Amino acid sequence: MKLWQTLKIVWANITGNRMRTFLTMLGMIIGVASVIILISLMQGFANSTIDSYTNMGINNITISLKGRNGNVMLKEDDMYQYVKEHSSTLKGVSPNVTASGNLTKKTSKIENGTLTGIDENYIQIMNKVMQSGHTITYSDISIRNKVCIIGSYINNTLFKGAAKVGDTVRFNGEEFTICGILAQSSDSSEWSEDNCFYVPYTTAMRLAGTANVTNYTFFAKSTDVVSTETKEIQRFLFKTFHDSKLYNVSNMIDILTEIQSQMGILTSVIAGIAGISLLVAGIGIMNIMLVSVSERTREIGIRKSLGAKHKDIMRQFVLEAAATSTIGGILGILLGTLCAMKAGELIKINAFPSFNTVMLSFGISAGIGILFGYLPARKAAKMNPIDALRSE
Amino acid sequence: MDKETLIELVDICKIYHIGDTEVAANNGINLKINHGEMVAIVGKSGSGKSTIMNIIGALDIPTSGQYFLDGNDVSKLKGDALAEIRNRMIGFIFQQYNLLPKQTVLDNVALPLMYARVGEKERKTRCMEALEKVGLADKYKNLPTQLSGGQQQRASIARALVGKPSLILADEPTGALDSKTSREVLDLLKKLHQEGNTIVLITHDNSIAVEAERIIKISDGVVVFDGEAKEYKNEVMANTENRMG
Repeated sequence: MKLWQTLKIVWANITGNRMRTFLTMLGMIIGVASVIILISLMQGFANSTIDSYTNMGINNITISLKGRNGNVMLKEDDMYQYVKEHSSTLKGVSPNVTASGNLTKKTSKIENGTLTGIDENYIQIMNKVMQSGHTITYSDISIRNKVCIIGSYINNTLFKGAAKVGDTVRFNGEEFTICGILAQSSDSSEWSEDNCFYVPYTTAMRLAGTANVTNYTFFAKSTDVVSTETKEIQRFLFKTFHDSKLYNVSNMIDILTEIQSQMGILTSVIAGIAGISLLVAGIGIMNIMLVSVSERTREIGIRKSLGAKHKDIMRQFVLEAAATSTIGGILGILLGTLCAMKAGELIKINAFPSFNTVMLSFGISAGIGILFGYLPARKAAKMNPIDALRSE
Repeated sequence: MDKETLIELVDICKIYHIGDTEVAANNGINLKINHGEMVAIVGKSGSGKSTIMNIIGALDIPTSGQYFLDGNDVSKLKGDALAEIRNRMIGFIFQQYNLLPKQTVLDNVALPLMYARVGEKERKTRCMEALEKVGLADKYKNLPTQLSGGQQQRASIARALVGKPSLILADEPTGALDSKTSREVLDLLKKLHQEGNTIVLITHDNSIAVEAERIIKISDGVVVFDGEAKEYKNEVMANTENRMG
């Protein structure tokens, strides 16, 4: 019998027994949907974790210079020059000077606040959004101006959220004039990036009592280039110092790699657990196919007596199982995608399933149909036509 | 073997194993049926006539002996090769009609042609021809359940005819019908015989068997009578008289 005619018979059988077909499919629908939901949420979660690490500086390469006898040999301009020469991979570099102390505004106080020295490009490189005012300028840096940019945590704590450009705040007794206020980027808590107090790095150096910048942060354009660029910077520093003990270069890429591999393992484990439901669905299909074969023993006998060969009967039942599970699989993909997107919205991650996830689920559902339909189909095809014809 | 012979059974034995005991259903059957004959195989239940029907119908193979169908040795074939023989050479008519209840009359009649991979256009033409021959051309769209018993049996006769088989094998074709429709079905079979078809009729009913021109009686797995229907009638009468006398 030709394939097209077999498909017509299969379709007639599937639609002729709607309730049973639907219940059999339900196992497949739930199984595939749960695989899709879990994998999509895991992938969405992994991506958002990586994103937040990126915000924390996964694309950053930090260097620290010890120098020979306190002579660090390289100045800020050398670093800017280096970035200019590597503009295809680097976004910029910022001197890294910090100091800690108390922030006060009249009677309000933040103990153990951190002051960070930045250059004129830092705010733009870090994609920070100004709520009002302007960033620190080149002239602020050259004259060591006592201006500052505050984040929303300091704004909320010291100014009750009403800070204006021109207000003043004291750091260890030194008065700074606010030149810019950052918009909230996280949740304004003490441990978030909203707790920041930026001043010109030259001003910070004076407060910290150092004459030279010893720490820099390079910003890579993408995570992919971090490792190679780290090696480039090491080579550049070795040319100057001729001794790798006099400097240190580090990045967070190893942490990212670790996170990615752990997320991968977790995703596989969860997908495996969800996969068990697919196995159960497959067994359900096999069960109903066995029932169907027994019920249709006489039909099989008639077909065989009229000349149906082994493969004709085989194909009819395997295709019936495969069609049931594939249709169930497609419905499961639709349901899973919908649920994953809704759940993603709820916990604020992008959980749209990837193309690979969808194709994998489709393939597995079709495969399960063929695998679990095989045994019942073989049972049907091996029936003795005389016994089959005699059955009621 | 001469050209006229369609069926030749040589020393056919069929032994069934029931537990440890062997039961011989057929015990050395020899017979020949020619092209164009209408033969009835009669026998009581348990006589071995069903077994011989299964072998003639290529549904089963003998334990020993040879079966030639149109010159081909069928007795050693298996599985798909037997299916091929059934499909090309044999048209079955069953007591219970054996139509697929969820398919239309046309689709039922088309089944043997589908398994023979005949194209759709030719298939439809041949099915309609067969349905016209049995007088059901107007019912081709109906489901079998919408037909009377007699009509269903005629549909199954159309299905048996459609593949132009060498042999039409009818197993108790009137067993489920009342006497009036039985008559119609028998007349139809006789008409098909007159048109040149070879028909083998399996029955336990002597009054049906005598409709054939030749009768083979099976008892205890062997042929006990093989001759013209007239002779058979006489013998049956004689037997009855003996018993009554």
